[in-house]
Amino acid sequence: MTATADKSAAQAVETVTLTIDGTEVTVPKGTLIIRAAEQVGIEIPRFCDHPALKPAGACRQCLVDVASPGPDGNLRAFPKPQASCTMTVTPGMVVNTQHTSEEADRAQKGVMELLLINHPLDCPVCDKGGECPLQNQAMSHGRPESRFVDVKRVFEKPLALSSEILLDRERCVLCQRCTRYSKEIAGDAFIDLQNRGAMQQIGTFDEDVLDFDGYRPVGAAAEDEAGRAFSSYYSGNTVQICPVGALTSAAYRFRSRPFDLVSSPAISEHDSSGSAIRIDHRRGAILRRLAEHDPVVNEDWITDKDRFAFAWQNLGDRLTRPLVRKDGELVETSWPEALAAAAAGIRAATAAPDEDEEAPGAGVLVGGRVTLEDAYAFQKFARVVLGTNDVDARARSASDEEQAFLGSQVAGTGLGVTFGELEKAPAVVLVGFEAEDEGGVVFLRLRKSLGRQKIVTVAPYLTRGAQKLDATLVATVPGREASALADLPADVRETLAQPGAVIVLGERAAEAPGTFTSALDLASSTGARLAWIPRRAGERGAVEAGALPGLLPGGRAVSLKPARAAVAKAWGVEALPSAPGRDTAGILAAAAEGRIGALVVGGVSASDLSGDVSAALDAAGFVVSLEVRRSHIAEAADVVLPVAPPSEKPGTFVNWEGRLRSFVTAIRTDAMSDHRVLDLLAREWGVELGTGTVEAVNAELASLGAAGKGERPAAPKAKAPRPSRAVKGTAVLATWHQLVDEGALQEGEPYLAGTGRVAVARLSRATADALGVAGEATISTAAGSIDLPVVITDMADGVVWVPVKSPGSWVARDLRVTAGATVSVKGAA
Amino acid sequence: MSESDEVWKVNRERDGKRETFESNFPKKGPIGEALAPVAGFGVSLRNFFRPTVTEQYPRVKTPPMPRYHGRHQLNRHPDGLEKCIGCELCAWACPADAIYVEADSNTPDAQFSPGERYGRVYQINYLRCIFCGLCIEACPTRALTMTNEYELAGPTREGLIYEKQDLLAPLGKNMLAAPHPMVPGTTDGDYYRGDVTEPVEAQIDWVREHRPDDATLPDNREQEREASRG
Ligand code: SF4
Ligand code: SF4
Ligand code: SF4
Ligand code: FES
Repeated sequence: MTATADKSAAQAVETVTLTIDGTEVTVPKGTLIIRAAEQVGIEIPRFCDHPALKPAGACRQCLVDVASPGPDGNLRAFPKPQASCTMTVTPGMVVNTQHTSEEADRAQKGVMELLLINHPLDCPVCDKGGECPLQNQAMSHGRPESRFVDVKRVFEKPLALSSEILLDRERCVLCQRCTRYSKEIAGDAFIDLQNRGAMQQIGTFDEDVLDFDGYRPVGAAAEDEAGRAFSSYYSGNTVQICPVGALTSAAYRFRSRPFDLVSSPAISEHDSSGSAIRIDHRRGAILRRLAEHDPVVNEDWITDKDRFAFAWQNLGDRLTRPLVRKDGELVETSWPEALAAAAAGIRAATAAPDEDEEAPGAGVLVGGRVTLEDAYAFQKFARVVLGTNDVDARARSASDEEQAFLGSQVAGTGLGVTFGELEKAPAVVLVGFEAEDEGGVVFLRLRKSLGRQKIVTVAPYLTRGAQKLDATLVATVPGREASALADLPADVRETLAQPGAVIVLGERAAEAPGTFTSALDLASSTGARLAWIPRRAGERGAVEAGALPGLLPGGRAVSLKPARAAVAKAWGVEALPSAPGRDTAGILAAAAEGRIGALVVGGVSASDLSGDVSAALDAAGFVVSLEVRRSHIAEAADVVLPVAPPSEKPGTFVNWEGRLRSFVTAIRTDAMSDHRVLDLLAREWGVELGTGTVEAVNAELASLGAAGKGERPAAPKAKAPRPSRAVKGTAVLATWHQLVDEGALQEGEPYLAGTGRVAVARLSRATADALGVAGEATISTAAGSIDLPVVITDMADGVVWVPVKSPGSWVARDLRVTAGATVSVKGAA
Repeated sequence: MSESDEVWKVNRERDGKRETFESNFPKKGPIGEALAPVAGFGVSLRNFFRPTVTEQYPRVKTPPMPRYHGRHQLNRHPDGLEKCIGCELCAWACPADAIYVEADSNTPDAQFSPGERYGRVYQINYLRCIFCGLCIEACPTRALTMTNEYELAGPTREGLIYEKQDLLAPLGKNMLAAPHPMVPGTTDGDYYRGDVTEPVEAQIDWVREHRPDDATLPDNREQEREASRG
């Protein structure tokens, strides 16, 4: 079947031949009867069976007649029909499904009748109606009439398991797909089967709900810091796999019917995994997103953020027409006028004030969520039109070391470590990377190999996500990851020396000097492979496109003449700017000092940057913003050019593996992509940027190819900092983004926000005592402070952890620092 | 001889074999034959003496047959709650794609129909509707029925897209305008079984508290009646 499958491996598979409904079929040994039947196109009804979950045999809907040869070789029938989803095939087995066996048909009809006895049959008000396996199979395999005349068991409906996931217990057929998924895949065993008999139900062990008369639950369910009992980042998948309408999401509740929806395939814009999703929309409005089955990337699962965070693009502040500042006010205008105003403004702001004075330059800031094509257009615009290397798509903390690493190891290297290889790796070391919070479905892949893989995390504490991976902690003070890697325990080094071992570097590796250098050393000394897994969807694409100050497309170094010459030739320009570019923080600082006259900003949230964005925007002579919504930066810009959100344009995200994840327009509007807008803008200078279409950009990228010999930057060589002495009353800040937080792309979705983890400050017992902190802590820098409740955690001493952008904890905006900084911590009054 | 000539020849031969047309009507006699050209006037003459069927619309509006498929109506439960649950089954059944429904959740503050779900947006496009009545058959709550109203013409497209408020049945004698809570202690099942027959005091109190000026409150109805009498 799979053309690429290794031939010798395929031959080595032991096969079994059996007969299903008179058709002979040969399948690999260990195949379940239900799967074997699928292969010959025989459909057996089922509820609990799911290819990604372990067999359970919970619903009994898949009963079939089975006979298999006994020791004497004679066919012997099982006395009763058997569940085809739990029984594996044996040689010579004869299976008769409902199509050929009356017995099996009767058994299935009987099970269906039992399942429907307590089912409310409220399809007209059920969100699953129209796409419900129970509805469909009751039609195809059920009796036409119900013989049940008594009163049905009723439950209060619906029960909110979390702010997003609602449970209607009356509709549940107790197939346990949700609970098995939670335990096996997500590792969030917040829900389980509870109670017995007719009162058996799925739930969170909430005693008030359960109303245990006379006996108590054995143990309370796990809870998060807020005391909420279903706070999983992957809970939305249960809604998708529930074969009835028992689990529904608050966001999609009563919104539409399957026949209203137009489904378009897409790629999630939320993280660097590039998960395949399906966008269901009605009359131009997105109503829901579902996971698409993509065996090489996200398998069957996506994060709740991928699933539920889509409201942001259609909020009230969506931009549809260009804005130009006139008399201090942004007013709507036409495209030609806005483009002309933008070009004139940039020209004026970058002109030298006097003949003998140096002209201020221009800078381009790009957000981490633009597509490959957009990133390419931004950097080409900067280099060709604005004549500067001041372009950076890292709207976060970044370092030159990181850039050298990306240029020498990542850009233009094609497919590196893949999801599959990560899953099979015998050992994985995570550095500056929290799989659950920053990796999305990467976490699920790692968890899939639970027990078969050694995971070591270099982090300040063992997070709940890391605990679910059964990870070993190398407790590290933020900023000191480099030394931690250099001094890894011998047994970890040994496991890393096994073939296939992987070192994962997250975006936060840039916050700790020397980490990339040390990771490269570790990789070369152990033979482990390196994978860079950034957080945002556009990061890898931006690296490939060269939207970094020191990188040209394909990993070519700006500082190397042959590299510049190659790109200049391909672009048909005389030369590329050779002056070294500034990174995001550098551009902001230069703008604030008046050394950058004009800023072109696309898709950047000001609150993500620890630099002084307002000062830069105020000081810059002219600001052009390419935005989907009226963001903070758009409000401060002189010209705002509206661009399309991912669902309204075609493009490509490059996921962390280096895999191209192309998508087409899901919803047709007249919104334009950034690359097209920049192409139009460049024409105001008489420059043909050649980025008008996705095809044009991709053709150009393909012809450029990857950097040749002597065009790449050198591998990074940075020293690990020396540990600084602790000052009394302070701690080193550890911080990262929670998956569900207050990011700009999660706005407008209160149900999802409700499933986020509450913001807390984490301190070790010793640190808390030394600082005299209990209950609530105030964490402050010169720029500001945040107050958070304290949770004593088993973690590195002298460290305080807070989330980056969760409710009440906006580190970049309020503290203006990143991880590794020293902050003062006091008990709140 | 070309091929097509060949075909024609065969056809001609076949035609030749065919019998000539003979009418089944009885053959007329010679007088009949003579009067045939003016026989049509006989029909007209005969109808001079029959009762006329011309309808004097729009001066006289004749009621159609009781089962005539006219404008739709969204019915109410006896306590005034809407029957429509926004299930879209009518929209699904409609062969002309004339119905558009958007549902929403009932909340304690705004309960429009019994149960969890109600139809927030309900439109029927009478430029599309073919009055087949399939929607009526699909409706699980008998919310949608058809009236005998047939005056469905208008000068604008928008005007012929009827919204929910245009389709909702007028409030009956005792009915209390929605939204208001369900009768305490009942479920949507009780409503469907017809166990709710009128608004109860608790519902009236709720409306009195939340919309004291509501015209459907018994107090306000009384006043109105008095006002119209006086
Ligand atoms: S809630 Fe859905 S998935 Fe879970 S046991 Fe019930 S029917 Fe199965
Ligand atoms: S009567 Fe027929 S055409 Fe008209 S709305 Fe109903 S189903 Fe559609
Ligand atoms: S009128 Fe009937 S069928 Fe149509 S949405 Fe309302 S309840 Fe459903
Ligand atoms: S599908 Fe086999 S028992 Fe449920």
